[in-house]
Amino acid sequence: MSDVRTRALTGWGRTSPTTARVAAPRNPAEVHERLIGRTDRGVIARGLGRSYGDPAQNAGGTVIDMTGLDRVLDLDLERGLVTCQAGLSLHRLMELVLPFGWFVPVTPGTRHVTIGGAIGSDIHGKNHHADGAFAQHVERFELLQADGTVRQVSPESDPETFWATAGGMGLTGIVLSAVLRLIPVETAWMKVDVARCADLDDVMARMADGDASRRYSVAWLDCLATGASLGRSVLECGEHAALADLPARPARDPLRFRPRTLGGVPSALPGGLLGRHSIALFNETWYRKAPRRKDGHLKTIAGFFHPLDGVRDWNRMYGPAGFLQYQFVVPFGAERTLRRIVESISAAGAPSFLTVLKRFGPGDPGHLSFPIEGWTLALDFPAATPGLAALLDGFDRQVAEAGGRVYLAKDSRMAPDLVPHMYPRLAEFRQARSTLDPDGVFVSDLARRLAL
Amino acid sequence: MKNALGAPQSLLVLGGASDIALATARALIADRTRRVILAGRSPEALERAAEGLRAPGVTVETLEFDAADVDGHEKVLGEVYAAADIDCTLLAFGTLGDQAHDEAHPVDAARVAHVNYVGAVSAGLVAAAALRRQGHGSLVVLSSVAAERARRSNFVYGSSKAGLDAFAQGLGDALHGSGAQVLVVRPGFVHTKMTAGLPAAPLATTPEAVAEAVQRGLRTGAHTVWAPGALRYVMAGLRHLPRPVFRRLNI
Repeated sequence: MSDVRTRALTGWGRTSPTTARVAAPRNPAEVHERLIGRTDRGVIARGLGRSYGDPAQNAGGTVIDMTGLDRVLDLDLERGLVTCQAGLSLHRLMELVLPFGWFVPVTPGTRHVTIGGAIGSDIHGKNHHADGAFAQHVERFELLQADGTVRQVSPESDPETFWATAGGMGLTGIVLSAVLRLIPVETAWMKVDVARCADLDDVMARMADGDASRRYSVAWLDCLATGASLGRSVLECGEHAALADLPARPARDPLRFRPRTLGGVPSALPGGLLGRHSIALFNETWYRKAPRRKDGHLKTIAGFFHPLDGVRDWNRMYGPAGFLQYQFVVPFGAERTLRRIVESISAAGAPSFLTVLKRFGPGDPGHLSFPIEGWTLALDFPAATPGLAALLDGFDRQVAEAGGRVYLAKDSRMAPDLVPHMYPRLAEFRQARSTLDPDGVFVSDLARRLAL
Repeated sequence: MKNALGAPQSLLVLGGASDIALATARALIADRTRRVILAGRSPEALERAAEGLRAPGVTVETLEFDAADVDGHEKVLGEVYAAADIDCTLLAFGTLGDQAHDEAHPVDAARVAHVNYVGAVSAGLVAAAALRRQGHGSLVVLSSVAAERARRSNFVYGSSKAGLDAFAQGLGDALHGSGAQVLVVRPGFVHTKMTAGLPAAPLATTPEAVAEAVQRGLRTGAHTVWAPGALRYVMAGLRHLPRPVFRRLNI
């Protein structure tokens, strides 16, 4: 068992460390071995640790680091079907398939997530309104179950297990591999229309008008703007660029994908580098540097989808206290709740770096999948922000009352009593989980904290 | 589990009827705490305290526990930790003694030391083993400014708290990397049942302020908090006073 180490783990927000026996298997047989060799405090799979809170932690138990299982098992370039192990990252997958003119169907704000994590959180991207969440593009997956057996699961063969696992935060078993449907692209470039929006009404109106015709759309919102500029934003709408859209130079190698990292953030930074003033300054710059309006602007895939991946370990910028992300969705019709929350953040002066607003399309079939049709807002706050606990508790209540919900993959602080209101299919999920894992072998800090 | 802002969901209080303990329990219940176990010597006092804490959605249990009975600690506390994870254990028992009386009655003085120090060593180690096993959780130890430097006027109590404080610091280092936190709380003079009738010292504070300091320590993952915070600097100064000067200070 030389690959098992006892160590403290946190999520990307670097809050709430807990200690587990972390195993790093290299193949499915070793995963099986670690599952069988567990203690009574259970097992959870972990990918690249990009969830902000505690879903990939299991205090006192076993955590299986899946990143050693990162092989592509089959690639069908005719149909755009890839079979890969669950620990493969979207970053690596893009590097492998882009040269052949294929792209991942859904990518979140970072490429550094694993396929297993993408299914477990049923992640979404800027194209949710057009393409839905990640699991809708999964043909089938292999699930290692609590009893040690491996089951092939597809939405047709076993919808109950498939949709309990999609968004199920790893609590139904361990995804070992998956078959994913890719989307064809002509180039590794994005054709982007950028526009500054003066305030919240402006950006919401433009998004409501324009979303239907655009595959990708997102607005970066300055949550510290006040008064008449409350909610001022930079709206970006994009499509994959066609070969004909590229000027001569990039057209010579249109599928070139070499995202660069500017370097990392050192591990021991003092706290408070990202505080109210630096964030206000950043937000101001972000808004001012955007053109008032520019159509057909070419951006790289990395520049459009993953701006923060350009700085390795950017989460360390928040210092030892860490930070937390708060993402919620409220249905269309609950715009007043959204506005009230943006107003409260602005009034409280709670500094959020890169606040993201987007519109979701119809909800996904996963029992605990996050997206529902409506507006979603994602905010990052330094954990040391005064009054943050009460502020966010208030938002939880407003979101739940409006029929919305908070994203489990990002949560690190919610109270358990609101979860059944936010996720009305929780009972169905619990039913499926108790059938699949009657002894509760798969458990995480998130599951304990929210009594999932 | 504690959440990202350090709010625990379950709380075990050793010395469960003390004012500081109850103020802390109230503050934590106002946040995320939904399960409380009050452990202490007097079932009646605990039941009264429990009644005061109960609220919709909050369960409060009581448990007979004697800090002085170190032989029973492993069994009594072991059962609590075995039943379910405890996110926060508050070690709040302690006795002030009566300095003048205790100086004349060595057996009573030894009892102060036995409860405040020996009892805490044994209970603290039982808690530490449980935290190690569960891989998370906080042990909050109520020390005192008196632990920083023993004063003529209450050195029996002060020395017992000094022992406790040193023990808790060492335990915190031993648990480093285990996922568990040991938080040493050093309040100054607190207006409570225990200090009723005594003349208040400068920078006197309230149980609620101590509770707030505990919450702050849980949120930041600190190893030490003072209540009020200014005492840290006052004591840093007092600590370095020459003995002849310190002896003459009327504190």
